[in-house]
Amino acid sequence: MKTAISKLILAAAMLGTLGWISASNAGSGASAATAQGAAKSQEVVVKIDNFSYMPHDITVTAGTTIIWVNNDDIPHTVVSTNDVFKSKALDTDDKFSFKFDKPGTYEYFCSIHPKMTAKVIVQ
Amino acid sequence: MGKIITENLNNDGVDRRGFLKCMAWAGTGTLCLLQGGVLKSFALSEVANMDQSKLKGDLTFVQISDSHIGFDKAANPDVTATLREAIAKINGLGQPPAFVLHTGDLSHLSKASEFDTLDQTLKSIHTEKIFYVPGEHDVLNDNGEQYRERYGKGSFGDGWYSFDQKGVHFIGLVNVMNLKAGGLGSLGKEQLEWLEQDVKSLKSSTPIVVFAHIPLWSVYPEWGWGTDDSAQALSYLKRFGTVSVLNGHIHQVMQKVEGNVTFHTAMSTAFPQPRPGTAPSPGPMKVPADKLRGLLGLTNVNFVRGKHTLAVVDSTLQG
Repeated sequence: MKTAISKLILAAAMLGTLGWISASNAGSGASAATAQGAAKSQEVVVKIDNFSYMPHDITVTAGTTIIWVNNDDIPHTVVSTNDVFKSKALDTDDKFSFKFDKPGTYEYFCSIHPKMTAKVIVQ
Repeated sequence: MGKIITENLNNDGVDRRGFLKCMAWAGTGTLCLLQGGVLKSFALSEVANMDQSKLKGDLTFVQISDSHIGFDKAANPDVTATLREAIAKINGLGQPPAFVLHTGDLSHLSKASEFDTLDQTLKSIHTEKIFYVPGEHDVLNDNGEQYRERYGKGSFGDGWYSFDQKGVHFIGLVNVMNLKAGGLGSLGKEQLEWLEQDVKSLKSSTPIVVFAHIPLWSVYPEWGWGTDDSAQALSYLKRFGTVSVLNGHIHQVMQKVEGNVTFHTAMSTAFPQPRPGTAPSPGPMKVPADKLRGLLGLTNVNFVRGKHTLAVVDSTLQG
C-alpha cells in the first residue's frame, strides 16, 4: 500500500514537472495553468515542401491543433481521406489549421497532387 | 534540302520508324511532314525559306499547354509574357492553324482574374477557335464550376466532349477530377461510358485525336505522371487505324508509339519541370534566364488526309 501510494506521488510529481516543461516550451497559444491545460491548447506545425508533408507521420495528443504551412513554390491542399478536414488550395506561405479532438488515425493527401499522402495519429 | 526517310516496315505505307526518328528530333525544331506516304524532315530554319504551299497538309492545328496564369515565382515571374511570345510564334506560322487546343492548367490558382487575363491574352491568336480541357490547377476549390462556366459549353459531366474537323474525330477528356489519395489521373466510370458510346459508330479508318491534361500513359507514376484508368479508354480506340494522344501536365516533350497509338506531351508556356527522377519533386524548375525560353514552347500538328499519322512539331520560344 505504502509503495503504491509513493509510486503515485512520484508519478504525479513527474507529470507536474512534465506539464511545467511543456507549458514553457509550448507555442504562443499554450496556457501555463495546468499540465492538462497546456497539452489541450498545443499547436504543432507540419511543413509542406518539395511535394511532401514534413513530418510525414505525426503523433499528437487529443486537443492538439495542427497548422500546415505551404513552403513549396506550388499550391497544395490538405484533405482527409474520410472527409474530416479539407483545406482550400494553399499557395506559398498560406496556412491551414485543424484541431484534433478525437483520438484515431487520420490519413490525408493533396487533392491536386494525390501521390502526396501522410497521416496524423491522435492519441 | 529535306532528308527523305523511307522505311515502310509494315507494308502499309506508314513510315513508322521514320516517324519515330523524326519525333526524336522534335525538340530542336524540326518539321516532319507526311507527303505521299513518305516522311520528310526539314529543319525549321529551312522551312522559313521554302515555298510554304509545299508544306500544306489537310489540317493544321496548334497545341499549347500549362500557361499557369497567376504563377509568379522564380522559375518564371511573368508567365503572361511568355504566353504572348508563344502566341507570336503561332501568328508567325506560314498558315494560321484551323484551331488551338489548350491542354490544361490554364490558370495557376483557379482565380477569376487569372482566367480573365488568359482570355484577354488569347484573343490575339489568329485562329478560328480555341478548345480547352482543364488541368488540376483549373478546378481548385469549386470542383471545376468556374472552369465549366467559362470553357465547358456543350460539354458533358466534368467537361468532356468531342468534335469533328476535316474527317478527324477530336475527343477532349478530363482526368483531373475526383483524384484519390495515392492515385494518378482519373477518367472515371461516367466518362469512360460516354467515350465508349462516342466512338462506337465511327469507322475504324477515322483518325482519332484524344487530348487530356495528365498523360494517358505511364510516364512516371512516382510523380503522378499517368492516369489510373486510361487502359480502358484506350481499349475503346484499339480498332482505329490512327490514334494520337496529346497531353500536357509534365511541362516537357515526351513521346511514345504503341501500335497505332502515338502519345505526345507538350511543353508549357510558363515554366519547365525536371526530367523524371532527376530532382526530388516535379515542381517548377529554375534555369538560367537565357535558357528559359529554350524549355518553353508549343506544338504544331499537321494532318494529311489519307495518311496514317499526324506530323507533330514542337518548337520552343527561343529564336
